[in-house]
Amino acid sequence: MLLVIFKLIKRKKLKEEYSLLWIALGGAVLFLAIFESSLNLLAETLGILYPPAALLLVLIGSAFCILIQFSMVISRLSESNKNLVQEVGILNAEISAMKRDMKKEDSYEG
Amino acid sequence: MKKRILVIIPAYNEQSNIVNVLKSVDAASHEYSCLVVNDGSKDDTQAVAESAGIGCVIRLPHNLGIGGAVQTGFKYADYHGYDVAIQFDGDGQHLASEIPKIIAPLESGELDACIGSRFVESNDGFQSTFMRRLGIKTLMVAAKVLSGATIFDSTSGFRAYNKEAIRFLAAEYPTDYPEPESIILLGKNGFKVGEVPVLMVERQGGESSISGWRSMYYMIKVLLAMFMTSRRDPIRNLRG
Repeated sequence: MLLVIFKLIKRKKLKEEYSLLWIALGGAVLFLAIFESSLNLLAETLGILYPPAALLLVLIGSAFCILIQFSMVISRLSESNKNLVQEVGILNAEISAMKRDMKKEDSYEG
Repeated sequence: MKKRILVIIPAYNEQSNIVNVLKSVDAASHEYSCLVVNDGSKDDTQAVAESAGIGCVIRLPHNLGIGGAVQTGFKYADYHGYDVAIQFDGDGQHLASEIPKIIAPLESGELDACIGSRFVESNDGFQSTFMRRLGIKTLMVAAKVLSGATIFDSTSGFRAYNKEAIRFLAAEYPTDYPEPESIILLGKNGFKVGEVPVLMVERQGGESSISGWRSMYYMIKVLLAMFMTSRRDPIRNLRG
C-alpha cells in the first residue's frame, strides 16, 4: 500500500499534504506487522486479548482520521467554490453592463 | 448627501413573479437600485428579469442556495459602495411600500441591521401556517437564549443592512438557511440588530423552499448552526 501511495504522489495524482495521513497509517500498520511483539504489547496495554483485534482497532481509528480530514477538505473546497461562483456572477454582470455602455457610446458617435 | 440604496432580490426559478417584484420596487421609489441575483435558475428567470430593463441581473453559474445568492448581493453592494442594502424576496411576499419602515432605524443610527417582521405586533397581513409559527417560535427562543436579542420573526428574509454590516456580511455569511443564523452572527460581532413590524402577503406563485420533512431537517440544521455560531469567537473586533 505504501508503494502505491508513493507512486501516486510521484505522478502528482495525490498531493503531498493529503498523503501524510495515509503514509502514517501505512507506516504504523507495517511496523506492527513486522514487529509482532509491539502488537502484542499494544494489545496488552489496551486490555485486548486477541492481538489482531488491536491491529484492526488501529486501522479503523486511522481510517476515521482520514475521513474527517476529507470532510475538512471538502468544506474548504465548497467555501472557495462558492466565492468563485459569486465573483464570476458579479464579473459577468459588470462585463455586460460595460458592453451596453460601449454600444451606447458607439451609437452616439455613429 | 443622498443615501444609495440597493435592493437585493435573490431569485431561484421565479420567472412568474420576478417582473412584478421588480416593477413594484421600481415604482415605489426611484432612489432604489435593483439587483436580481439569479441563483442558477432552471427556468427563464434570467431572460425575464433582463427584459424588464430594471436594474442589474447577476447570473450565478450554478445554484448556491439563498445564502450564497444574498451574499453575492452584499459583495456587489460593497464593491459599488452602497450605503444601504435591502434583502427582498423574489416571490412577491414582501411589499416594496414597506421598505421605508425598515430603513428608518438605520438612518437614525439606532440599528445596524433591521428585520421586517410579521409578528412584532398583530397586524392584518399574512400570518403563515401553524407548523411554521411553531418553528418560528422555537427559533425565537433559541435566538433569545443564544444572543440575548429578542427577534420574533428570525426567518424573515425582509431586511435592511447599513454599510458596515454590508462589508461584514460580504466576507462572512452563512450559506444554507442563513436568516436565523445571521442574527446571531451579527449580534456576536457587535452589530445592533432589531426588527420592525411590516405587512407581507401570500406568495404570488412558485413553491416555498421549505416544506414537509425538509422543515424538520431545516430546524435541526438551523439550531445546530445557531448554536455553533454563538460558540465561535467574534470575527471582528467590537467597535468602540
